[in-house]
Amino acid sequence: MQGGSVQVGADALAGGFAAPPEEGARVFRALLDAMARPGRVVTLAGAAPPAPASAAAGAALLVLTDRTTRLWLAPSHDTAALRAWVAFHTGAPVVADPAEADFALGDWAGMLPLGRFATGTPEYPDRGATLIVDRAAFAGAPVRLTGPGIAGEARAILPDPAILAARTPQFPQGIDIIWTAGAEAMALPRSTRVEAL
Amino acid sequence: MSGYNFAYLDEDTKRMIRRALLKAVAIPGYQVPFASREMPMPYGWGTGGVQVTAACLLPEDCLKVIDQGADDTTNAVSIRRFFQRTAGVAVTESTRAATIIQTRHRIPETPLTEGQILVYQVPIPEPLRFLEPREPETRRMHALMDYGLMHVKLYEDIARHGAIATSYAYPVTVAGRYVMDPSPIPKFDNPKLSESPALQLFGAGREQRIYAIPPHTRVVSLDFEDYPFEASKAPHACSLCGSAESYLDEVIVDDAGGRMFVCSDTDFCAGRRALAEEDAA
Repeated sequence: MQGGSVQVGADALAGGFAAPPEEGARVFRALLDAMARPGRVVTLAGAAPPAPASAAAGAALLVLTDRTTRLWLAPSHDTAALRAWVAFHTGAPVVADPAEADFALGDWAGMLPLGRFATGTPEYPDRGATLIVDRAAFAGAPVRLTGPGIAGEARAILPDPAILAARTPQFPQGIDIIWTAGAEAMALPRSTRVEAL
Repeated sequence: MSGYNFAYLDEDTKRMIRRALLKAVAIPGYQVPFASREMPMPYGWGTGGVQVTAACLLPEDCLKVIDQGADDTTNAVSIRRFFQRTAGVAVTESTRAATIIQTRHRIPETPLTEGQILVYQVPIPEPLRFLEPREPETRRMHALMDYGLMHVKLYEDIARHGAIATSYAYPVTVAGRYVMDPSPIPKFDNPKLSESPALQLFGAGREQRIYAIPPHTRVVSLDFEDYPFEASKAPHACSLCGSAESYLDEVIVDDAGGRMFVCSDTDFCAGRRALAEEDAA
C-alpha cells in the first residue's frame, strides 16, 4: 500500500477463507445472530490469523473490514505478522489513534479505557466503533444481560462488569463489542444492559 | 449460477451492507445510511430488500418472497427467481419452511419462529418525512427524540376524521427510543412487530437506509390514552378459507359490482383450505 518494501512472510498469505463468498456468508450470519441475540455464543470458522489473534477474530476481520475501514490494534495484537496478515487479506488501514478507528482488535486490558473510542454523534450513532476483544477463554465475572434481542434475561461471564455497565452512558451513542475466544464469539451491542450478579 | 458471485453482489458491497446491518441491529429502529447499489430491477421493486437478503443469504437457506402477502405476484416471483439464479438457494411458498422471508408490505399470518429472518422492502424509511422534508432536520429530531410533530399528525387525524385514520405505515416506537416506519404494512400487522422471536431487517434501496428490530424487542404503535391503537381489518371472513382472523384483500370479481374478501396471505389461505379438504375427506 504505502511505498517501500514490506516483508511479507508466507504465513501472511495463508489463513484466509478458502471460499470467500460462502464462508463469509456463514461467518456473517453467525455474527448477525450474535448481535441480534446478545449473550449467545456462535462459531466463526474459516480463518487462521497469526497469533495472538483468535480464529474467530480473524474471521470477523475478513467479513467486516476492508480498505474503507480503519483498524486499531491494541498493543497485545500490534505485531508485524498480524499487520502483514491484515494488510494482505483485508487492506484495512491500521491507525495509531483509537479515536479514529472503525474497528479495534486486541485483548481486554488493551481496550481500556473505553472512552478513547468513537461513539458516533447524536445524529449518526452508527459511527461508533466496533471492538473485537480476544479473550483466552470466556472468563471473568457472572453478569445479567437485558435489552433488545433478549427474552427476559441472559447470563454471561464477562470481565469488569462495572466498566461494562457504564460503557454507554449516552445511548444511542456507544460502542459495540464482539468477544472472541478460539473459534467462538459473543456480541455485546450498545443496547444491552449489563449488571453484575 | 455461473457468471455471478454468490448472491449477485460483490464481496466489497456485501461487507458494506453487513457493517450497516450489524449497526442497525445494535441500535434498534435507527436508520443506518448505506451505499445502495444499482440492482437489475428498478427502484421501487424491492432493491433495498434484495440487497439486505443478498448480504444475509447462505447457500443452504430456504427463501420465501411475498408481495402484499402473495407468493405468486410478479414482484415476488421475479425476486425469488433472481435468487434462484444468482445464489442457487432453495425457495418455498411455505412460511414455516422458510429461513429468510423477503416481504413487501405484509407480515405472514403464521407466527414466525426463532432463527427466521424477515426482510422488509421499504419505500420511504423516514417516518417524519411527510411532516418535515429536510433530512438534517429529521436527523436532529431523532437525535433529540423530538417526536411531537408525529403526535400532532395523529391528533389532526382524530380532529378531522374522528379516529386515527392512518391505516398503513403506522408509526411505532422501537425499544422505547426511535420512532420508526414499519414500511407500508397494514396497521393490522403492527402487533406482530413486537416481541417477535424472528429478526426483522428493513432495506430502503432508493433512500439508502437499513434498519432493524432485534428479536424479543418491544415495539409500540403510537397512540393516545383516549384513542388507543387499534389493529383493524375488513369486518368479513375470507370467502375461500373462512378465516375471520386473517388480513383480507377486497377483490372485484365482475363488472356488476360483485366483490369478495380473501386472505392476503396466500400460503396461510391455501394451508387452511388443504386442511379443510383433509378433514372433509
